[in-house]
Amino acid sequence: MPLAQAIKTDMPYQVRSLYRSLLRQGNQFAAYNFREYAKRRTRDGFRQHQNESEERRIQELVQEGLKTLQMLKRQTVVSQFYQLDRLVVEGGKSGKQKGDEGGIVRQKDQGWD
Amino acid sequence: MSHIAPSAARQALRIASRRYPSSTFPRFSARAATANAIGRRTYVSETKPSNATVNVDTAIKADQKAFLNQTGQSPEDATMPTTGMSADAMMSPAAGILKQATIMDEGSRPIYLDAQATTPMDPRVLDAMLPFMTGLYGNPHSRTHAYGWETDKAVEQAREHIANLIGADSKEIIFTSGATESNNMSIKGVARFFKRGGKKNHIITCQTEHKCVLDSCRHLQDEGYQITYLPVQSNGLIDMAQLEAAIRPETALVSIMTVNNEIGVVQPVEEIGRLCRSKKVYFHTDAAQAVGKIPLDVNKMNVDLMSISGHKLYGPKGIGACYVRRRPRVRLDPIISGGGQERGLRSGTLAPFLSVGIGEAARLAKQEMEYDSKRITALSNRLLEGLLALEHTTLNGDRERHYPGCVNVSFAYVEGESLLMALKDIALSSGSACTSASLEPSYVLRALGSSDESAHSSIRFGIGRFTTEAEIDYVLNAVRERVTFLRELSPLWELVQEGVDLNTIEWSQH
Repeated sequence: MPLAQAIKTDMPYQVRSLYRSLLRQGNQFAAYNFREYAKRRTRDGFRQHQNESEERRIQELVQEGLKTLQMLKRQTVVSQFYQLDRLVVEGGKSGKQKGDEGGIVRQKDQGWD
Repeated sequence: MSHIAPSAARQALRIASRRYPSSTFPRFSARAATANAIGRRTYVSETKPSNATVNVDTAIKADQKAFLNQTGQSPEDATMPTTGMSADAMMSPAAGILKQATIMDEGSRPIYLDAQATTPMDPRVLDAMLPFMTGLYGNPHSRTHAYGWETDKAVEQAREHIANLIGADSKEIIFTSGATESNNMSIKGVARFFKRGGKKNHIITCQTEHKCVLDSCRHLQDEGYQITYLPVQSNGLIDMAQLEAAIRPETALVSIMTVNNEIGVVQPVEEIGRLCRSKKVYFHTDAAQAVGKIPLDVNKMNVDLMSISGHKLYGPKGIGACYVRRRPRVRLDPIISGGGQERGLRSGTLAPFLSVGIGEAARLAKQEMEYDSKRITALSNRLLEGLLALEHTTLNGDRERHYPGCVNVSFAYVEGESLLMALKDIALSSGSACTSASLEPSYVLRALGSSDESAHSSIRFGIGRFTTEAEIDYVLNAVRERVTFLRELSPLWELVQEGVDLNTIEWSQH
């Protein structure tokens, strides 16, 4: 197989790998809104350009994606350093108790008195 | 040992050993038997010098391994010893307060739905800023060394990005501390410059402007200027005929905001710009809520001065920009004088990291505008449809000429402040953040001609880049539930349900 063809067939794999890395890295944001945005933007960005055929343009987009991945790696670490409470819409075992999932019921009243 | 033990204890031991037969200690005898069977009678293990000493290398390696084992875990996977709670729950301060509630189904932090007050800073913006907060600390005005050159280059690039966003030239962008300063600089600057000429002393503005514009004008009024506050129509837009009639030969400046911060109506900036250009009057627009959200072009709109805020377009707080046209040149009297930075209009050392932040935010806003506006429109429609499906709710402001990210809705027969109190799990506001401390009804809604009750019962929902569908659904549910609850409490609502027109009731005097 000639070299040029090998690179060409390799491209879809590279793009898929970049997509997976971006999603995985975006999922590491501690802040709910940023996490959801990173996932959504990655998905929509790749969808928007899925019919790109020009070799050069694809290369450009992949480079842009790699830059974003580097940024995500730095910013997810920053985000994890400064964690806050979870939002009310977020699932996950922290924050408020609803008591409808067989959770441990609170023993003591924690009201105003 | 024996010589240390007190003699009484020794006596007791001896008695005990005599009293109990040897069969009470079968363990010892059995072990002795097996030892005999194997035929080895070693009581002490063999000693080697290496067993007695601690090998430093292996100890460090073992420590490291144990550390890595622990640190590799993310908080939601780890369980805290003895409590059985996940480390995630332990880290949450709310969980700390509710020590007994161990399994939590939901978070406790409110949803942010106040994008008109401020927006969260985009991680991409922070990423661009961080180098300038750590290593690249040069003064951008230093021309003698590389530290200055590198920050100066970054600041100029940021200026370029902002200029690109509004279709201007980068030399026309002046960095300020925020939109309030930009507004002050523009209005007072133009007015004071013309005062020196002594001819023009009239300024036109509008009743629904931001407080900082109105207050600047009031201040100028004390200095002897004449101000016209244009009224708005019931949809929040100004009347062009009225504006044209208000322009006099001595008018120096017209200041009308692009997107209103409370009701989100988009004023016809292009027409105003054309009118002002034809009458040779400077046109200032406060575009803090519009830049990066709707497409703007200062040349197409004939804008002479424009105020931009950093933290309304996902940038950092503490920085803004002012567009000052160069051709035809707009002359200003600077408020802050000093070293002559920023064309002498705003002296003082620039903050490179903030400038880079607003520049990057502007670049992203330009890049993401299409994607963001499509998404915000979809979310806004979803929210608006859900809210207007409730009975006796109205949208404030024009439905067509409207920035979709700002939804201001009146809930009749509900007190706005009490609804805000009931919606503690959603970060909302009844109007602009500057006036949210007072219980006065919003002056913007009063200017639209809303009644006191209606102005008191309105709430502003601000949708931004990071708002999700789940949040909108949560908000819709919460609002529906609590508006119904609050109305059930209200005697007025009972009357309305019975079909009584509230305006016909004669309330007894106390």
